[in-house]
Amino acid sequence: MPFKYLRNGYVKPGVYFEQGDIVLAEAALMAGARFFAGYPITPASEIMEHMAYRLPMLDGIFIQMEDEIGAIAAVIGASWAGMKAMTATSGPGFSLMQEMIGYAHMTETPCVIVDMQRAGPSTGQATLPGQGDVQQARWGTHGDHSAIALAPFSVKEVFDMTIRAFNLSEEFRSPVFIMGDEILGHLRERVEIPSIDDIKIVKRKKPKKEDEIFFGGPETEIPPMPIVGEGYNALVTGSTHDEKGYRKVYDVNIHYRLVSHLVNKIEKNKDKIIDYEIIHTDNPEVLIISYGSMARTIPDTIRLAKNEGIQIIGLRLKTIWPFPDDIVRKLSDDVEYILVVEMNMGQIVRDVKAAVAEPNRVFSMHRLSAGLFTPYEILTEVKKIVKK
Amino acid sequence: MSKSDSQYYENPVLNFLRKEVLPTPFCPGCGNGIIANAFIRAVMELGYKDFNNFVFVSGIGCGAWIVSPHFKADSVHVAHGRAIPVAIGIKLAKPHLKVVVISGDGDLANIGGNHLIHAARRNIDMTVILVNNMNFGMTGGQTSSMTPYGLTTITAPFGNPEHPFDISELVYSAGAVFVARWTTFHVHQLKNSIKKALNTQGFAFIEVISQCPTELGRRIGMEKPSEMIQWFIKNSIPIERAKNMPPEELEGKFIIGEYPTKARPSFLKSLEVIKKKAKELLYQIAVD
Repeated sequence: MPFKYLRNGYVKPGVYFEQGDIVLAEAALMAGARFFAGYPITPASEIMEHMAYRLPMLDGIFIQMEDEIGAIAAVIGASWAGMKAMTATSGPGFSLMQEMIGYAHMTETPCVIVDMQRAGPSTGQATLPGQGDVQQARWGTHGDHSAIALAPFSVKEVFDMTIRAFNLSEEFRSPVFIMGDEILGHLRERVEIPSIDDIKIVKRKKPKKEDEIFFGGPETEIPPMPIVGEGYNALVTGSTHDEKGYRKVYDVNIHYRLVSHLVNKIEKNKDKIIDYEIIHTDNPEVLIISYGSMARTIPDTIRLAKNEGIQIIGLRLKTIWPFPDDIVRKLSDDVEYILVVEMNMGQIVRDVKAAVAEPNRVFSMHRLSAGLFTPYEILTEVKKIVKK
Repeated sequence: MSKSDSQYYENPVLNFLRKEVLPTPFCPGCGNGIIANAFIRAVMELGYKDFNNFVFVSGIGCGAWIVSPHFKADSVHVAHGRAIPVAIGIKLAKPHLKVVVISGDGDLANIGGNHLIHAARRNIDMTVILVNNMNFGMTGGQTSSMTPYGLTTITAPFGNPEHPFDISELVYSAGAVFVARWTTFHVHQLKNSIKKALNTQGFAFIEVISQCPTELGRRIGMEKPSEMIQWFIKNSIPIERAKNMPPEELEGKFIIGEYPTKARPSFLKSLEVIKKKAKELLYQIAVD
């Protein structure tokens, strides 16, 4: 059922049956996004197409750029001019964006970047799903930094996480990644759209007159952002800079202080960022960790296993970055084996192994563009591991 | 305050600069100071007392440092080649601001060339000043897409085998509505063109051919800045005269002047039309 719109421009609250990409675009509008710059790419184009249709209705700006580098650059410019801004892409475009993603990290620019992952590397399989970019979201751009990446697993969660992505990006002055995939982008599912009045929005912190720190600063504190055109004489640079923005390309102490801030403002605030879902089971022997659409068959797997006398506890990562190593460690202490299920050759399993005691208990189950495992397939793998 | 200090602070151009970052890091004889001077004087002659209505965006290279950090203004110093798309984001988000990109030939024509021609095609409302010193000065004098054919650089030790862009012609063809080219010798003409560019609705582009005695001049037998300026003077041909000259006579010349202005709807103007249509549609389809 297509969306109905109110006179205020937002979707009429209610239950709809809609596609992930389109729900994502509407959620962004409700989160306050008024700027979208993009470049066509499967399977994220629907987000851009819907934004081209919807943004002008809400007095927003849509522009189709000459490439993904231009798209993320325009988003960063709009953010410095005070707008909530976003772009959406898939693997090849995400690779092109890495340069300016680094600039967004370095200049602490809030923005939202959607990666509807397809099968890579390179052009790969454009219409098939993948989760091969999850480490790229963390380490794709050069130099030290930290990152916030969310992984929705249903169309409803696409809506909720898009709102949250904008809020996190404003709160932590950081780019935030929504790591979806082709399955989620094109999936049509029941989704309930709330009223705009019921959506909690985090507002950007603007400088007060006496403020002198606009960049870096104390490790876990987020400095206010001097928007251009508002009389702050803002100095913004991707070079190493001091707290006012002056370029400092020789001072190693200032560089250390700035980069420590970029890492620690996220890592030391990770309790405020990390979100996950646990499917509890009494006396579990196996922990299954998964995320994104790949987690959709885990609840059934756990039920099936229970019937066969195997107790599984499920951990679904709603945030991939910062990595929730504390909860992974805690849950892994109660089980004998850990199985990580992903749609790549085993990317998050590396961080799981790093987090748990006795990493030889960690097993990886993965496939590439072939989509989800059935519960039976996962159960068969679990049986092999526990040798029952 | 000593006598020299008081003279230093009397220059009205200094009101537009962050005094705490002076002197500039530019090499002796660099053309960047001349261009900064021409720009600020143009702004003053237009009646501005400060840069409050301006936002500057620049990329990487010596030309990009003219504004960042020297201009007492909002300045966004971005990744190599990306000044124009960042400036587009700023302009569209805050249309009342004058958005100006000042950057070099390597930044705007080599790595950022695609953004440049697309911004001209879209006729985005902004001013772009390309400081053409004909080489990658900051990184040590490598060949750029604007290095003249046959010229010696550190990456063309036997002469440049590539032909340079005629970047003004290219940007004009791509759709810019105001295009001018001057050298650092033609300061007054440059200043007047900057005034026109800043009052243009649409994409305004100025190429300034500038001397780089340190990284280019010393490798082509023009160690002194004055020698490079003499080279510009001797080889400059006004655009009106160049029209009637055969191409072989224009080889190695600098064609200076303003291109005829064009009347095309700017991107912002076109966006207003689109927003109006979209809002009318919303009004039609909206439910209670």
